[in-house]
Amino acid sequence: MRAPLALLAELTHRCPLRCPYCSNPVELTRASGELTTAEWARVFIEAAELGCLQVHLSGGEPTARRDITAIVAAARDAGLYTNLITAGVLLDAALMTRLVAVGLDHVQISVQDAEETGSERIGGMKGAHARKEAAARLVREAGLTLTLNAVVHRQNLHNLPLLIDLALAWGAARLEVAHVQYYGWALANRDALLPTRVQLDEATRIVTAAREAHEGRLVIDYVVPDYHAARPKACMGGWGNAFLVVSPAGHVLPCHAAESITGMSFPNVRETSLHAAWEESEAFNRFRGTDWMPAPCRGCAHAERDWGGCRCQAFALTGDAGATDPACALSPHHALLATALAEASAARFRYRQFVVRH
Amino acid sequence: MIPRFAPGVRLNHDKARARWVVMAPERMFVPDETALEVLRLVDGARDVEAIVDALAAKFDAPRDEIAADVRAMLDDLVTRGALSG
Repeated sequence: MRAPLALLAELTHRCPLRCPYCSNPVELTRASGELTTAEWARVFIEAAELGCLQVHLSGGEPTARRDITAIVAAARDAGLYTNLITAGVLLDAALMTRLVAVGLDHVQISVQDAEETGSERIGGMKGAHARKEAAARLVREAGLTLTLNAVVHRQNLHNLPLLIDLALAWGAARLEVAHVQYYGWALANRDALLPTRVQLDEATRIVTAAREAHEGRLVIDYVVPDYHAARPKACMGGWGNAFLVVSPAGHVLPCHAAESITGMSFPNVRETSLHAAWEESEAFNRFRGTDWMPAPCRGCAHAERDWGGCRCQAFALTGDAGATDPACALSPHHALLATALAEASAARFRYRQFVVRH
Repeated sequence: MIPRFAPGVRLNHDKARARWVVMAPERMFVPDETALEVLRLVDGARDVEAIVDALAAKFDAPRDEIAADVRAMLDDLVTRGALSG
């Protein structure tokens, strides 16, 4: 049986930061539409029964929820390994103590740049950088391991060596250097974010050297931007294969960006069990495995390695979620990526915000 | 010496797949049978000698042999980041 290993629980879309590459959908869910504590507790129990071993508690900013401690406790009670993915700006000593008391396993803090000015311009929040540093200290003092997540792009890649120094200075055991992936807000800001080939090669060289220099002290994970690739990424390890997401409003998704595929409807935990959503829903089965694949994926030696790449990217760039990801050199649409790279030159961001709907 | 799990690391029973899994920050691994026997005795109270005694009794094997195996296994688990050094 195919069973998910991890659940991404997007507890809320609320966040004090306004990062222009936020992975949340462009149409954000408001607080009144969010799942309750009890609903999340049920989701965690069902996720564990389905085979999930860990939950990534994310958002938005998960600590913007006043019941975050009860939510972590419920996830631990369900037997899940709990990873809090936070911007860190709302994390104070009292909250840290409560989270550790209910068994929080690990914390990942995001950083937008290596120093205050860039960090506050990119994240769109004054004072954020100092608060993140304080939060990192609280995590370390609580005896937890810390991962820093640095999202990198054209406007901060020059600071990559300083980001690595920052991870060491803040006591992180792990640093994720993640190039922006282009959906939702990031796609709207693509012209301001796409790195050049020269920047990418330099970043790869810096990461390789830093891994060697800091072996045994800092592990560096590196997520490359597929706009410069010849093979697509194995998005989510395959659609509906190893991973599931529950959105703030309770939608069950194969990937956090899946709602960007217009015309698809996704099951909701308020109406169905996680088991039924995973096993039986049309949405999870549509791009599962290899049967759905068109040429050139069909019969390709890479079909079960990259699973045709990313459905959301295929949809965003070609209008067809069932097409081969244009990041693949074999895709008839591969030239779209080169065109985007050639045209990327903007400097201004369109910051994320709640859009007033009429 | 009392072996302990490294911060953020725990041994979890994976009911859906009928196996034990070492859960760690941003990764997980499935221990082999020998590693699992040792890890299940790591409780923050037993020292290395107590772990050796327990396994020597369980497998009715010579204590010296078990001791060498357990020490090698503990070193390996420290290297892999599952136990704190």
